[in-house]
Amino acid sequence: MTTETIIWLIPLPPVLAFFLIILFTNRNKVLSHSIAIGAALLSWFGSMVIFWRAVQVEHFGEHPFSSSIPWFPTGLTHIQIGVLVDPLTAVVLFFVAWTVLMIFIYSVGYSNFGQPKGDHDRPGLQPHGATLTDEHGHSHKVPSIEPMYSRFFAFIGLFAFGMYTLVLSDNLLTLFIGWEIMGLCSYLLIGFWYAKPSARAAMIKAFITTRVGDVVMLLGLVYLYFTAGTLSYRDIFYNPEFLDKLASTPSGFFGLSVAAVIGIMLFIGVIGKSAQWPLHVWLPDAMEGPTPVSAMIHAAAMVSAGIYLTIRIYPLLTAGASHGELTSAMVVLAFIGTFTAIFAASIAVAQNDIKRVLAYSTISQLGYMIAALGIGAYIAAVFHLITHSFFKALLFLGSGSVIHGVEHGVLHTDDHVDPQDMFNMGGLRKKMPITFITFLIGGLALAGFPLVTAGFWSKDEILADAFANKHYIVFVTLALAALLTAFYTMRQITLTFFGKARTKAAEHAQETTWTMTAPLVILAIFAIGFGWVGIPEDFPAIGGVLPNWFHEYVGGTLSSHPATITFGYEPLLTSVLVALVGLTSGWLVYRKIQPGAVDPLKKVLGPVYTLLQNKYYFDELYDFLFVRPSIWISETFTYLWMDRKIIDGILHSIAYVMPLIGTFFRNYIDLPIVNGSADLVGEGTKKLGQVLRVVQTGRIQQYMIGALVTIVAFSVLFYYLLVLTP
Amino acid sequence: MIPLSWYLIFAAALFAIGIFGVLARKNAIAILMGIELMLNSVNINLVAFWRYITPERITGQVFAIMVFAVAAAEVAVGLALIISIYRRRKTIVAEDIDMLKF
Repeated sequence: MTTETIIWLIPLPPVLAFFLIILFTNRNKVLSHSIAIGAALLSWFGSMVIFWRAVQVEHFGEHPFSSSIPWFPTGLTHIQIGVLVDPLTAVVLFFVAWTVLMIFIYSVGYSNFGQPKGDHDRPGLQPHGATLTDEHGHSHKVPSIEPMYSRFFAFIGLFAFGMYTLVLSDNLLTLFIGWEIMGLCSYLLIGFWYAKPSARAAMIKAFITTRVGDVVMLLGLVYLYFTAGTLSYRDIFYNPEFLDKLASTPSGFFGLSVAAVIGIMLFIGVIGKSAQWPLHVWLPDAMEGPTPVSAMIHAAAMVSAGIYLTIRIYPLLTAGASHGELTSAMVVLAFIGTFTAIFAASIAVAQNDIKRVLAYSTISQLGYMIAALGIGAYIAAVFHLITHSFFKALLFLGSGSVIHGVEHGVLHTDDHVDPQDMFNMGGLRKKMPITFITFLIGGLALAGFPLVTAGFWSKDEILADAFANKHYIVFVTLALAALLTAFYTMRQITLTFFGKARTKAAEHAQETTWTMTAPLVILAIFAIGFGWVGIPEDFPAIGGVLPNWFHEYVGGTLSSHPATITFGYEPLLTSVLVALVGLTSGWLVYRKIQPGAVDPLKKVLGPVYTLLQNKYYFDELYDFLFVRPSIWISETFTYLWMDRKIIDGILHSIAYVMPLIGTFFRNYIDLPIVNGSADLVGEGTKKLGQVLRVVQTGRIQQYMIGALVTIVAFSVLFYYLLVLTP
Repeated sequence: MIPLSWYLIFAAALFAIGIFGVLARKNAIAILMGIELMLNSVNINLVAFWRYITPERITGQVFAIMVFAVAAAEVAVGLALIISIYRRRKTIVAEDIDMLKF
C-alpha cells in the first residue's frame, strides 16, 4: 500500500470496532474486547509503519506525506480535507499509537476480565465484587467483572478514532471534528458509571466546561476561514506572507492584530480542552471515570490534543514577532501556562486521592507546555508533550493498578476504606512489585529525576529555554512548580508504596494481572528511553553521545528551523536541584506516617493547606458565579416568571377571552345573518314551488298552448325590438 | 312560374292547420298527425327556398330528407307509445293522460 493510503486507513479500525461492538457483539465480552484491541493493534501497526517511513525521509518537513480530497462544495470551491504527516504528526502519532494500544490492553484487566459476575452488580455502577465459595465451604469476595464491559470498549474505540482523526488531519476542520468526537467520548466515559450521582455531575461539568472553550474556538475557526478562505495547515501556517498580513491587520479588539485575536480564540478552546486555568475545574472531577479513561483523556489523548493544536497554530501565534520579542498571543500563553503550572502543582500537594494528585499534576504539566510555547520553546514543548504523555499514562495506569490492588484487599478483608485515598495505603511495594517499579519510574520522570528519566530532559529543556531567552519570571515560576512537582510526586510514592500498610485492605493488596502490568512495563520503558532522543548536543559529558535527533527532526516542521539554545549551567543546576530537593523532602516528610495520622503539611501550612485542599475554592466560586445564577435563571426567572407567569398567563387570558368572542359571533353574526340567509333561500324556494305547482296540470295541450303563447309573445317582442326600433 | 310567396303562404296555412290539430284534437293519433302536418309545411318551405334562392346548392333538399327521416322515426316511436298507453289505460284521449302533474 502507498504511504498515503495507510495514513487514510489508520483512524478507521477503531471506529469500525465501535460500530461492530455497539451493533452486533455487545453481548459477547471476549469478541468485543478482541475486536477493540485488534482494531487498536491495526491502527498501531499502521502508525508504526508511517512513523518508520517518515523518519527515513530527509528534509521531511519540506516534503511531508499529504493527500487531500474535496469534501463538500462551497460555491465555486470545495472544502478540502485530507491527511498530513509531517515531523510533528509523526512523533505525536508515535506516542498516541503506543499509549492507545497500551490503554486498550490495560482495560481488559482493569475491567476484571475473567472474573465472575458480581453478586448485585448492575449496569451503571462500579463492580462491587462477587462471593466465591471454595470446596472447603469458605466463601470469600473477589472482584467482579464490569457489567458494561463491551460498552466500555466501544467507547474507547470511538475515542481512539477521534484522536487519530485529530492527529492525522491536515486542516483545522477535521481536527475540530476529531476534537469534538473526543469531547463526546470524554463525556460518555467520565459518566461511564452513570448511576453514581457524582459521575453524572462530573460528566456534565466536563462537557459544559470544555464547551465554553470549544464555542470560542469554533468562532476562531470561523474567523480564520473568513480571513483565509481555507483551514488547511499548509495554506495558512506555511504561508509567511499571509501570516504577516494577518499580524499587521488590526482587528479592532483591544488593539490586537487579527492573527492575535484568532490565535487567542483558538487558544481558549485549548484552555478548555487542556484544562488550563481558569477552565481547569473539570479535569479533577473527571477522575470519576474508570482509570483507563483517566489515562486516555488526561494523558494520551484529549488534553494532549489541546497542546497539539497549540503547537500546530504556533506559526499563527508567533506571526509578526520581530526577533526575540513575544507577540501578545504568546504573552497570553506564557501567562496562562506559567500560572497554571504553579497553581495546579500547589493544589496537588494537598490532595489525598491518588488519581486527583495525578489530575492536578497533569494540569500543571500541561501548563508547562503552554508556557514553553508562550516563550517560543517550540521543540521543548513538543518534547515535553510526548514524554509527559508516556509517563503520565504510565502513572495513571499505575494508579489504577494500585487502586485495583487495594480494592482487592478491601473485598478480601471487608475493611471498607476508600481505595483511592493514599492515606489508606502504604507498604504496597512488596505486595505489588511491578506496579511499584513502574510507578516509581513514572513518578521520577514526572519529578524530573536527573539524567535517567525522560521527564528530566524535556523539563530541563523548557527551563533552559526560558533562562536562555531571559524570561526570568517564567523560569523562576516553572522551577518552583518543578519543586512542588517533585515534592508531591514523592509524597504520593511514599504514601502509597513505602512504610507500613496503614489499613487491612492495603495489607491484603495484591499485584494485578498481566494485562494490567504489561502495559505498565512497556510505558515505563518509554518513560525512561524517550528522553534519550532529545539530549542537547552540548550537554556536559553525555551530550553528543546520542545525536539530538528530536530537535533536528521536529524542528523541520516549522518553515524556519528554530535555533538551538546555548547550554548554560544555571538552568541545569536549577532543575537538578529542585528535583532532588523536592524528592528528598517528600520522602522525609511522609516516610513515617502512622495510620489515621493527618497530613504533616497541615500543621506547617495551616489555613493555606485548607485553601489548597479545597482547590482555592474555585469550584465554590464557579458554583456561586455561574452554576447558581444559571439555576436561578432557569428555575426562578425562566420557569417561574417567564413560563408560569408570563407565557402561561398569556395562554390563560387567551383561553378566557376567546369563548367570549365566540359567543358574540354566534349570537350576533352566525345565527341572524348566516343562518338567516341560508334559511331564507330554502324556505323561499319552497314557497315559490307551492305557488307555481298549480301551473303543472299534466295536460299536454295546455303546455302546448303555453309554449305557443310564449313564442308568439317573444316573437312580437323581438319584432318590436329588432325591426321596429333598430 | 309560381312565385315563392305562394309556396310560403301554402306552407303557413298547412302549419296553422297542423297546430290547430295539435291543440284542439283530443285523439292522440290526431295530435300526432297534426305534428306531421307541421313538419311537412316546414319541408315545403325548405324545398321552396332551395329552389328559388340557392338552386346551385343541395342543402335544402338534404335538410328536407333528414326531416322525413326524423319524422318517420318520431311517428314510429309516437305510435308505439300511444299503443303502449292504450294497453295500460284503455284510452288515447290526451286530456285523460295527465300523469305528468305533481
